[in-house]
Amino acid sequence: MGYSGLRIIKEALTSQRGWKPVWRDPEPKPDYDILIIGGGGHGLATAFYLAKEHGLTNVAVLEKGYLGGGNVGRNTTIVRANYGLPGNSEFYSHSLKLWEGMERELNFNVMHSQRGVINLFHSDGQRDAAARRGNAMVNQGDDAILLDREGVRAILPYLDFDNLRFPIYGGLYHPRGGTARHDAVAWGYARGADRRGVDLIQNCEVTGIDIDNGRVTGVQTTRGAIRAKKIGIVVAGRSSQVAALAGLRLPIESHVLQAFVTEGLKPCLDHVVTFGMGHFYISQSDKGGLVFGGDLDFYPSYAARGNPPAAEHVMEAGLALMPMIGRAKVLRSWGGIMDMSPDGSPIIDRTPVEGLYLNCGWCYGGFKAVPGSGFSFAHLIATDRPHAPAARYRLDRFATGAGLMDEEGTGSQHNLH
Amino acid sequence: MRLTCPFSGDRDSREFSVRGGAVLERPEGEWSAEWDAYLHLRENPAGESREFWYHDPTGTWLIVTRNTVTHEVLSVEPAREPG
Repeated sequence: MGYSGLRIIKEALTSQRGWKPVWRDPEPKPDYDILIIGGGGHGLATAFYLAKEHGLTNVAVLEKGYLGGGNVGRNTTIVRANYGLPGNSEFYSHSLKLWEGMERELNFNVMHSQRGVINLFHSDGQRDAAARRGNAMVNQGDDAILLDREGVRAILPYLDFDNLRFPIYGGLYHPRGGTARHDAVAWGYARGADRRGVDLIQNCEVTGIDIDNGRVTGVQTTRGAIRAKKIGIVVAGRSSQVAALAGLRLPIESHVLQAFVTEGLKPCLDHVVTFGMGHFYISQSDKGGLVFGGDLDFYPSYAARGNPPAAEHVMEAGLALMPMIGRAKVLRSWGGIMDMSPDGSPIIDRTPVEGLYLNCGWCYGGFKAVPGSGFSFAHLIATDRPHAPAARYRLDRFATGAGLMDEEGTGSQHNLH
Repeated sequence: MRLTCPFSGDRDSREFSVRGGAVLERPEGEWSAEWDAYLHLRENPAGESREFWYHDPTGTWLIVTRNTVTHEVLSVEPAREPG
């Protein structure tokens, strides 16, 4: 049954007894057309679009833990399409359009809030870079407004405009950017995929990938062997381990990225704001907590928690930018395991193994990509042709050097992003 | 996390920076698949890992063996014997 205002009233009048689990908990069948390894946001979106766009429903999602228990539930929920490079620009633009239709498409409230993202800049050079990026966004058909210092002051009066070391020169305002309720995105796609006949199989870890004559034939799991014609790997920080089951070595390093949330406060921060002179980005959740994060801890890690130096940097950067948050108490911090690629851009491609597809390398930007990544990965698996907006996310670009997408301009090497 | 440097003793991890796996063999000659493997492809172990770390204040190269899941440091050795 769908969700609606009427349904809520009806349930309120009948002691909320009508709510039922919104997806099944099926036993794995011995045979599927397509297996998706990884029941996070990207994997669930892939399964949903395989069913919806391509009519492929003999599909199972294999998740070693519970649905949405990984990075889709561990991020700072920012949704934006403010990339500058060809390849990234059209991909994230497509993804943002899917976000804008997501709640209607899924009949699920993901609390998508287009409150606007403002990237602050603090020097003439940063202003030039912001103007260039803004022009690239406008050329892509998205929205960008270059604000000067007074323009920023008009909408973010609480920033420290008197800070001599990090003066605020202005900001690049992306009004269609914003936030969403991260767990709801996973749940919405899970429900949508399940309703179309996809089997979502939890507590099912893949322990082997069966290959015969260079072609996948199925997987071994903790819940038995499952045969399949095509297999998609979309497991974020664990990409290297799962790909190794098929004998592949990936251009991926796993790093921990921390995030933080404060106690609930009254509404004080209406946008997503990012600092240009330190690693700090912040928004306020509808529950009132300030949600913010920073940069990687900068050494390979699989621990879903960080260390004090990175946390300290985030707190210092935050206070340099907006002293008003200094008395808010941090309630929780956590870490997510990022699949870092050498150039900071993702991979959606076939692999040297026939029938095995790879979706990884989202670095610290995977959440906003969930719908676009699922859509493009489903297209690739269903048709064996890359989806146009994601056609540049090739696995072989590091080996050939052609088509590298180094959005930050820091170089195509591990450790630099 | 703290590292016990064989030269400088017990030091805060902020004095160090990691520079990749110490298991990689640098290839010789012109561009080849080995260069791609050396520059880009990683075993990316979840568990015990051997890495080059650099101690910034003293300019010392170290090989750190540590667990990437628990952050436990198992050993810190000089990357090359002094002398």
